[in-house]
Amino acid sequence: MSAPPTQPPVSARPGSWTGRVREAAVGALPPEKLLPEGQPTYVASWIYVFGVASLASLAVIIGSGTILALKGPAWWHFTGVGHFFNSVHLWAVELFFFVMVVHLWGKYWMAAWRGGRARVWVTGAVTFLVAVPCALTGYVSQQNFDAQWISTQAKDAMNGTGIGAFFNLTNFGQMYSYHVLLLPVAVIALVVAHVLLVRRHGVVPPLPLEKR
Amino acid sequence: MFSELHVAVMGAVFNLNHPAHVIEWHFIKLSVANVVVIGLMLAVFALAILAPFPGAASRNAARRSGDGR
Amino acid sequence: MLRSRDDTQPWSGSYAPYDLVKELCIAVGVIALLAVLLTVLFSSPDEKPSTIGQWSRQLPVDFVATAAKELDGTSKTAEYGPPYNHNSGSVQHFFLLHPQRWLGVSHPINTELDYVIDPLETIPGDPTLKSALAEYQAAAEKTRKAWGEAYAKPLEEYEKASEANKPLPKTVTVNESTGEVSVQASGAGPVPTMMASLLTLARAGGLDGSLLTSSQFFQTDYTKPLLFMADGGLLEKRAEAQHLLGEQWGMMNETGSYPGQVWLWLYTFWYQIEPIKSSPSADLQAMLIMAVLSLLFVCIPFLPGIRDIPRRIPLYRVIWREHYRSLGAPPAS
Repeated sequence: MSAPPTQPPVSARPGSWTGRVREAAVGALPPEKLLPEGQPTYVASWIYVFGVASLASLAVIIGSGTILALKGPAWWHFTGVGHFFNSVHLWAVELFFFVMVVHLWGKYWMAAWRGGRARVWVTGAVTFLVAVPCALTGYVSQQNFDAQWISTQAKDAMNGTGIGAFFNLTNFGQMYSYHVLLLPVAVIALVVAHVLLVRRHGVVPPLPLEKR
Repeated sequence: MFSELHVAVMGAVFNLNHPAHVIEWHFIKLSVANVVVIGLMLAVFALAILAPFPGAASRNAARRSGDGR
Repeated sequence: MLRSRDDTQPWSGSYAPYDLVKELCIAVGVIALLAVLLTVLFSSPDEKPSTIGQWSRQLPVDFVATAAKELDGTSKTAEYGPPYNHNSGSVQHFFLLHPQRWLGVSHPINTELDYVIDPLETIPGDPTLKSALAEYQAAAEKTRKAWGEAYAKPLEEYEKASEANKPLPKTVTVNESTGEVSVQASGAGPVPTMMASLLTLARAGGLDGSLLTSSQFFQTDYTKPLLFMADGGLLEKRAEAQHLLGEQWGMMNETGSYPGQVWLWLYTFWYQIEPIKSSPSADLQAMLIMAVLSLLFVCIPFLPGIRDIPRRIPLYRVIWREHYRSLGAPPAS
């Protein structure tokens, strides 16, 4: 008598949604493409580390932000440890924008959208544009004078464009929700798409040398 | 060590809690801190593309042996 | 036209070992260390927020003048327009685009009631105030307006003289020990009594709470107290000292000497140049420009000219110099 199967059967042409999703995912990004152990030999410049530095900054932002969220928005005003993590969070944001913009400069001067990589550029650019309001919602959630000033000033820009009708910078509860959940989820989703697209298409090859 | 950590979390080495110095050029007004950040970004970008990247030997060996995926 | 002469072929050349996961771990370590180092060196700013209580104690005339404008409907918030009310003092448009009007009043604020009448009605056991409120609310709209203007006039003269560093008119006096503001205004009806009580309530801290929890116990919406304070001069005074005003390029700045939001340089740039600088619709104009530029930024791969600059200004020769040098050497057979 044969042993019972230890795994469900795998069909050659799956008809189930699960099977089709699996085949599409593995087809687009087989494991050795998702996590290769080598890179083309033209990946030979420090400019290439600014993408991973952006990812790392985002990780530190989320880590420090999670600790701040665990203790609630008022904590950092009253304890040294809280102020420490607020400072880490603020400097990680400064570092994030710093390295992300250097990464952007590098990718522009490499014309990194070539070879079918337009979506890589688009997802990266949109990530930057979503990170800006994500930072804004953080600044107006500080519950200090800076938050009072920024919210009462920037509200005119929001109101003038009509956005203020549903996005109220002076509503702390709403801004905190956007900052802690909604906009970080958007940023992370965009970054995941961006990184998966980079892995799918590979790092853009060098521009051909122009004939002199 | 704990007391040193306590001091570190309670206060900064440099106190930046005073009104900023501002650099004015025509109609542009930027705080010194922001000018430093912008300058650093340009310097880091220049360094990043100019500085040699480690692993040249390994890459040259790969080129010589024609290592494909 | 949107397709470039993109002759980029998939890479068929050689690969060298490159540990991506190790690189990520090192990057996280380095960035975390940098963030902690910057924290230890500089910490972060935390300027305490202003309260209405502080405002009424530090700038009592400014407080009373602002409250008078809220009462007679001439404050910035009272005249603002959507999303707070149906006026048009701060309504912006750009040719046929009127998004502020289109999206409408979503956060109604009645400055007369919300900032003056309702808070005063919470004060118990004051028959003089009760009768003043009754007199005010029974009066016709025209009478209330006349009282409000009569009361506001000496305060406006006081503020103008103060701003111009001229001698202050004697019609407005502040009792330094009690903080009370006396305004000599004939024909102001019950308004002086109401304003005096409002100032007392504010100085005691009652107005901060009253404006926040007026509609429900649990509250996270600070719109009312913030707009009230922004109508006055305290926040602006503090902001100017910290280089946070618009004309100081304040959008980019942090309090103190900390680096701020450098990435907002292009947003604030448009506010500094004409005709946007002096336009009543400056915000909408600047935001529209940034929306268009943002779209162009996202679409760079499809824009002829902009996408070709990297080929024309060959920084790429520096970035890929090792690769180009290797092309000169024949491969091992």
